[in-house]
Amino acid sequence: MTLALEKLNRLGLSRDDYRGAHTTLCAGCGHNSITNHIVKALYDSGIEPHLLAKMSGIGCSSKAAAYFVERAHGFNGAHGRMPSVATGAKLANRNLVVFGVSGDGDTASIGLGQYCHMIRRNLDITYVVEDNGVYGLTKGQLSATADLGSTLKKGRVNRYIQIDVCSLAIDLGATFVARSFSGDGKQLVPLLQAALAHRGTAVLDVISPCVTFNDHEGSTRSYAYVKDHDAPVNTPDYIAPQEEIAVDYEPGTVQDVELHDGSHILLRKVDTSHDVRDPIAAMRLLYEARRTGEIVTGLLYANPEADDLCTREALPARPLAEFGVEELRPTREQWDDLMAQLV
Amino acid sequence: MPGPGVNDFCIQAATVNGSGSQSANLVITRALFHMGIPVAAKNVFPSNIEGLPTWYDIRVSPHGYQARKRTVDVLVAMNPATFVDDAANVRPGGAAIHEATMPRYGAAARDDISWYPVPFARLAKERLDAKPDLRKYLQNMIYVGVVAELIGLDPAAVERALRDQFRAKPKAAELNLEAIQLGVSYARENLTKTDPFRVAAMDRTRGTVLLDGNRAAALGAIMAGCTVLAWYPITPSTSLCEAVIEYAERFRVDRATGERRFSAVQAEDELAAIGIVLGAAWAGARAMTATSGPGISLMGELTGLGYYAEIPAVVFDVQRVGPSTGLPTRTMQGDVGYVHTLSHGDTRHPVLLPGTVTELYEDAQLAFDLADRLQTPVFVLSDLDLGMNQWMTPPLAYPERGVDRGKVLDAADLDRLSRWRRYEDVDGDGIAYRTLPGNPNPRAGYFTRGSGHDQDALYTESPDAYRANMDRLRRKLDGARHLVPGPLVDEPGSSTLIVAYGSTHHAVVEARDRLAEMGTPADYLRVRGLPLHPMVAEVIARHRRVYVVEQNRDGQMEALLRAELPGELADRLQGLRHFNGVPIDAESVLEPILAAARPRPAVTARPRQRGRPGDGGPSRDDEGALTGKPALPVRPAGKLTVGSGGVLP
Repeated sequence: MTLALEKLNRLGLSRDDYRGAHTTLCAGCGHNSITNHIVKALYDSGIEPHLLAKMSGIGCSSKAAAYFVERAHGFNGAHGRMPSVATGAKLANRNLVVFGVSGDGDTASIGLGQYCHMIRRNLDITYVVEDNGVYGLTKGQLSATADLGSTLKKGRVNRYIQIDVCSLAIDLGATFVARSFSGDGKQLVPLLQAALAHRGTAVLDVISPCVTFNDHEGSTRSYAYVKDHDAPVNTPDYIAPQEEIAVDYEPGTVQDVELHDGSHILLRKVDTSHDVRDPIAAMRLLYEARRTGEIVTGLLYANPEADDLCTREALPARPLAEFGVEELRPTREQWDDLMAQLV
Repeated sequence: MPGPGVNDFCIQAATVNGSGSQSANLVITRALFHMGIPVAAKNVFPSNIEGLPTWYDIRVSPHGYQARKRTVDVLVAMNPATFVDDAANVRPGGAAIHEATMPRYGAAARDDISWYPVPFARLAKERLDAKPDLRKYLQNMIYVGVVAELIGLDPAAVERALRDQFRAKPKAAELNLEAIQLGVSYARENLTKTDPFRVAAMDRTRGTVLLDGNRAAALGAIMAGCTVLAWYPITPSTSLCEAVIEYAERFRVDRATGERRFSAVQAEDELAAIGIVLGAAWAGARAMTATSGPGISLMGELTGLGYYAEIPAVVFDVQRVGPSTGLPTRTMQGDVGYVHTLSHGDTRHPVLLPGTVTELYEDAQLAFDLADRLQTPVFVLSDLDLGMNQWMTPPLAYPERGVDRGKVLDAADLDRLSRWRRYEDVDGDGIAYRTLPGNPNPRAGYFTRGSGHDQDALYTESPDAYRANMDRLRRKLDGARHLVPGPLVDEPGSSTLIVAYGSTHHAVVEARDRLAEMGTPADYLRVRGLPLHPMVAEVIARHRRVYVVEQNRDGQMEALLRAELPGELADRLQGLRHFNGVPIDAESVLEPILAAARPRPAVTARPRQRGRPGDGGPSRDDEGALTGKPALPVRPAGKLTVGSGGVLP
């Protein structure tokens, strides 16, 4: 009997080492596809499982943090509060690869404030919004990302304008903003790998149809609608740090963005005018898409040179959590001086 | 022993906030301290940047009493808006130094106190070479000189205090010194002293320092090895966080590389502040936040997560007056009941109750040890009085030992263990073992969650698993009774016991001395932490009448005691409550106890002070209230006219 040789990544781990608990989400849920793409991205990038910190809030999406890399530490916190918990974890141990899984309710409603301030601080995190425009666990209420005029299953029309977590992120100075579709692994996996390599907040808004509550005619988050209106602005290829760039392309048709760790994301342009380093261009794309009803996907904006939170905080390379108290207290001499100064 | 009026009085500077009077008041305070005279200073200030009335009480006491004194002996009246009310609060035979141009009418025209008019504005304008915008500050320094001359401050002590105050600005020091000199000469040449209040050097401050509680707490956090601070500015906790940052920048920055062994995040709100703390502590750092009531309310949600998911956190609550925004710059012990069981569901959190600056420093360190040991949020309850006012205290001691990081397994530990389950009670104390993210052992990972979980941290809605987990958490927190500091007890053998906690201590100390002098001594128990130490009930059982003194309306500690004590002991409790926003004074403790000791009928009105209402003392309805009648409204309190002290059943 011959055994098929198991494929291993650069750490010698198999893809199974990146799998998690069995999903309890609905069959056909977009989130499950995203989980599979996350597994592939983490495996392909060779992320050390013990350094991975899987962070999430509350909601269907946030459950997904349990469905990949079972070996890693995970934290399913409180609704809308994942960014703050993730911030603390990263400050305590900057070696952690912080991976956040959130949803549209978790990010755009209850957690909007924390989302904004995470971006403002440029926390080094891969932040995936599994965006289906609807509250699943509470059975089908509209979320704040649902498009104006889209309908619920029973016909109720959304009368409020959507919050676009991508344009919001760009406006807040985000350093990596992408949109993708749960059904497009070819696009999503390299985006996830680039997001993991990016040092700073990488927002990935992944449209992820809810088969149970938001997959009907009139919804702008249904599989059918997304497939019809997906307008990729570029097609990404992720090139790992030591890998050679061996892609043939016509000059001017590909944008090469080097990330902090020396890896690259190559963007084969669909719309050749889009420069991912230009936030105004990215905003224009998003505004125009809002008008036409299209969903612009791909890498929208990147600024890989910006300092992340830990850099701005001037933290030592060694995690704060590893310092012993004797390395943190002033000396007795310093203490005596201080006491002498207190009148 | 000095004679009457010597070293035993209270100076009150009534000024307008934003006028720089704090520096002037600190110079007086420190000069007294340098003269070896015990001194305590309390700032009663508005929630405002500029233009509202503010009072600064400087109390000298040969006994070292540090509680607020109810009456004013020497008034420095610089605020025309409050002049009449301020004058009314001076005790007969007292003194008032005042801006000469302020019209005197009402209580400001009373003839039973000594009046010392000084043309501060004119002196500053005509005699000091300073820009107009500096003059209002310098007027305050002129009153330092007038006070110094009238009460007999040692000029060398004044100069030393001033130079300390302006250590970083030697040029400003000279100008301010000149202003003080001007005040001294004016008083010498123009005023005739007719009041008895003066000071004489003592030797009672040697070996002590002057320090506010917020700084002491910050230093405790630094010594505990706290590396992550997340906070949202809120009075009166702000200066605690700023002090942590100041000391961290002093002691934790590598001068060569600029690397910082700490991170201080000013969060977007208190929800994020506690979230950052939990995330950091989950990942192995010692992390803290400091806040006050409104912030505590916002932290309720994630405190429950910390309790249920078992994550350390240290929260300093520097209490202020609630409910809601309340009186943001006034003091209260209004959070103790709320904090102890903060968040929905069944929760319970260890609460440390320091009563002195030294205890605050020690409790700050202990809080980190307890949070790590118990893997749960721990609260340190301070208040505005303790946190922001200046207290005489022995120098804070350098810790003689390391810290307790609790039950954390590293990779090698896991190798040695055949089995590890995140929430298994291996030791029978309810405390399980945790691992930190980044632990390379393949078995180290687990999934932390605020939803139902079993011993392996896996999601479950199993009734048995839920119940077993909650029972374990109860055992864990019951164990905390023996880990929080036990009560401090002074039990010479009276049948009357005073129970207090926190900053109320200082009024109780003074009240007990006076009760003893009057031949009606009371024993004393000070609660130092929650959940209640078993000794609390034992001591209460030895007393017939037990007064629970606290600075809130509803008797929050009393309620906690009643919930835990057997009915027969609970019946002995009588609440004695002060809640007008200014720190409790000895009379507020003393009077109701004396009144209850008097035979009935004893309902007599306390004589009103001239021209103004009383100052937050207990209602004379207290005998009725003490025997169980509902609380009756009492007179408006002092200068604040917003609430009152009171005595409740």
